[in-house]
Amino acid sequence: MTPHGRAFGEPVLAVDNISLAFGGVKALSDVSFHVREREILAIIGPNGAGKSSMLNVINGVYRPQKGTIRFFGEAHHNIDTHEAAAQGIARTFQNLALFKGMNVLDNIMTGRNLRMKAGLLAQAMRFGPAEREELEHRAAVERIIDFLEIQAYRKTPVGRLPYGLQKRVDLGRALAMEPRLLLLDEPMAGMNVEEKQDMCRFILDVNDEFGTTIVLIEHDMGVVMDLSDRVIVLDYGRKIGDGTPDEVRGTQAVIDAYLGVKH
Amino acid sequence: MKRHLPVMILCTALVAGLAAPLATGASAPGFYMEVLFGGLAAGVLYSLVALGFVLIFKASGVFNFAQGSMVLFAALSVARMAEVMPLWLAAMLGVGVMVLLAILIERLVLRPLVNQEGVVLLMATLGVSYFLDGFGQSVWGSDIYEINLGLPKAPVMILGNLFKGGILINKDDVAAAVVALLLVTALALFFQKTATGRALRAVADDHQAAQSIGIPLNRIWVIVWSVAGIVAVVAGMVWGSKLGVQFSISQVALKALPVVILGGFTSIPGAILGGLIIGVGEKMAEIFLGPLMVRTFDLAGGGIENWFAYVLALLFLLVRPEGLFGERIIDRV
Amino acid sequence: MFYRENGQFKSSYRQDEALLPILQDRIFMLALLAFAVVGVPFLASDYLFLSIINPFLIMALAALGLNLLVGYCGQISIGHAAFMSVGAYAAYNLMLRVPNLNFLVALVLAGLIAAAVGILFGMPSLRIKGLYLAVATLAAQFFIDWLFARVKWFTGYESSGSVSTPVLSLFGWPLDSPARKYLFLLAVVAVFTLLAKNLVRGHIGRAWMAIRDMDVAAEVIGIRPVYAKLTAFAVSSFYVGVAGALWGFVYLGSWEPLAFNITVSLNLLFMIIIGGMGSILGSFFGALFIVALPIVLDRVPAWLGAPLSTATASHLASMIFGALIVFFLIVEPHGLARLWAIGKEKLRLWPFPH
Repeated sequence: MTPHGRAFGEPVLAVDNISLAFGGVKALSDVSFHVREREILAIIGPNGAGKSSMLNVINGVYRPQKGTIRFFGEAHHNIDTHEAAAQGIARTFQNLALFKGMNVLDNIMTGRNLRMKAGLLAQAMRFGPAEREELEHRAAVERIIDFLEIQAYRKTPVGRLPYGLQKRVDLGRALAMEPRLLLLDEPMAGMNVEEKQDMCRFILDVNDEFGTTIVLIEHDMGVVMDLSDRVIVLDYGRKIGDGTPDEVRGTQAVIDAYLGVKH
Repeated sequence: MKRHLPVMILCTALVAGLAAPLATGASAPGFYMEVLFGGLAAGVLYSLVALGFVLIFKASGVFNFAQGSMVLFAALSVARMAEVMPLWLAAMLGVGVMVLLAILIERLVLRPLVNQEGVVLLMATLGVSYFLDGFGQSVWGSDIYEINLGLPKAPVMILGNLFKGGILINKDDVAAAVVALLLVTALALFFQKTATGRALRAVADDHQAAQSIGIPLNRIWVIVWSVAGIVAVVAGMVWGSKLGVQFSISQVALKALPVVILGGFTSIPGAILGGLIIGVGEKMAEIFLGPLMVRTFDLAGGGIENWFAYVLALLFLLVRPEGLFGERIIDRV
Repeated sequence: MFYRENGQFKSSYRQDEALLPILQDRIFMLALLAFAVVGVPFLASDYLFLSIINPFLIMALAALGLNLLVGYCGQISIGHAAFMSVGAYAAYNLMLRVPNLNFLVALVLAGLIAAAVGILFGMPSLRIKGLYLAVATLAAQFFIDWLFARVKWFTGYESSGSVSTPVLSLFGWPLDSPARKYLFLLAVVAVFTLLAKNLVRGHIGRAWMAIRDMDVAAEVIGIRPVYAKLTAFAVSSFYVGVAGALWGFVYLGSWEPLAFNITVSLNLLFMIIIGGMGSILGSFFGALFIVALPIVLDRVPAWLGAPLSTATASHLASMIFGALIVFFLIVEPHGLARLWAIGKEKLRLWPFPH
């Protein structure tokens, strides 16, 4: 059950025995887990544990050497990033990957690109269907801007915004894709307490209002405990914990990993 | 292995093309050797310019579009000064001028643009090249000038017993090759054996790490551009003595770009090998492939050597962007 | 106090998305166009048309094309004049071999041919970028230079290698004076600029800018780099090809292959660096600057009583170009367009300091 009493659905993402190596470095070894619809899953672990690599495998940035991924039942581990996007997987980045040459509105509009179909000539002449399409998607993006409370900044170049707002734009761009699965890579990194509270609220709202399944990487344990329905713990590329936040908190292997006990 | 397949195919095709005129008997062996030597000689000239590119790119990551203009400027300075003083003195003053130029470039262009991406720096060096061309010709004049290195210009016949009639080669081509060899050896010794050379290699590897151990980046860049300037003086004198010092040098030197593509942006042996391959390749293409194409396609003359180097570089870029000896660039997300 | 947006509220997205949302801008543009169409032909001399205005219009179109590729999509090309060449020779061959072909049709077809060639030579951008791509584009420049110089079919078997074109006539209206040519060019450039502005505002423009700013992130959103880059090359080469055809037919009248050599390519690049990369207005500023400067250097010292020789003037022009490139890259990488935008911002506040 989600905190608001809605039932989880079937597993939409099934990660099976994924192994990923770069040359001699093993980033992931035999990691398996699943994520159910409308669930919020957190991936935690010490630095270098392979968390970002796991997200990268899920959305096609890296190809695993072994293992499979099924997304809504379809085999998935050999696809490109833009195919992953077409299938409904959106993500944010740890280091923000905003388009510095554009303003907030345009950045979030790029998230609608997959759905905009007008041809070159139609766009050049900007009449009829092309104009209507542009306005329709503008309306959708404005709804996201309202949701994230960044109306005042919509024409500001993103480079000029403070870090916390840039993170919101990053989230907005991912939301614009109307994803079935949202991957958030350290969405709270570098934020102060207020900004974290705002971001938590947004994430919960996204899950609640749109029913989006969310996988997030996070270091702040308080956030993880409050937000997530289930937690996966990675250490040196292996999964060492899988369960509800309370269950995981009590697992000895996890405590050892974080306290730095030799293992 | 699979990754290497396209490169190997390209290299095999290249070698086959180079050997074809000889193998098919389409040309007399003596003539073939003459074209080969001519190509090697042209290649040495390209290598000298490419050396400057590689040096600067290795140490500062800057792609110096202005290298050809620097060669021209150096050549102009030496040629004109040599009109009123002995050549050796003009050459030394020329080196001084290039060091001054290096300091100015580092101060006015490189330092303000230090954290910009490669394309911005490329365009900045483009600006420098235009400026140098205009400035050099304003100060030194735009006629054709001579550099007399005191080498005998008469060609000489060698290997008369191996090939019928012998092979005609130019003594100044041989001298140029010797100079290039000496220069490369000197540079190699400089990089391997001296402390400054080590510092330069450190900077080439990782700017920030080098800074963190106290290597002064700005001074290193001045040194590198000065060394590249010295290379430009040598290249300028060699080119100038062979072709005469004129504006077209800075345009022809553009061909050093494909050389660096072939050899790898960061490799000195690559610059030499790349230059030789391009020099030989384009000469062979012009002399042997040219007439064939003229006949087949009814062309109005040859001129293949105008584009051969670039198309070859393009093909290499598609199969092996890092060149024969360059470092593989890995993109991490 | 003149440039305030007070009272101009937008109550629909359509209004907000208008090309010129501010009323004063609309008035200014209308006045400018009126002046351009009615005033200029009366006021400007033939010399002014031939030496500055007409070449400026054509070069602005070419710079606009290059800006779409380099400024908006971030793909560098230092051999772009090759596509002008393709456009010019394509138009020449079409007009030569197809009887009674309307020049406008030939123009568009020439642009399409240039676009196709642009896609071909744009394919390396799918695998390499930055400096490496720059060298690859040189291959296009020199190969196409050679192609038109040597393959006799392209020049209609003219023995001299150069081609010449008759005076054009559109729908019975001959373009036989510089003023008439100017009006034609103005119309073409105005239409093409509008089309470009629309493209840049649309989703393809955003896709281009996304690729420019961070191509990895663009892919993650679902933008296909192949489509974005190749359309950038195609549209850019289309514009540049049309500009080449106009340069050959309307401005030069006759040309040889070297008319579109690497110097022209580098000039185009300078235009967009100085004018402002990623800005349509900037393309115009840059083109005006590069076209006008040599003329100014030629005439102004003579006025001031210290005439320069042609050689000195051209060296001085080189030095000024080079120095300005470096200056703009350091001080204002967004070029004159940015300075203009800053000026407008100040105007908005005027007469108050902030």
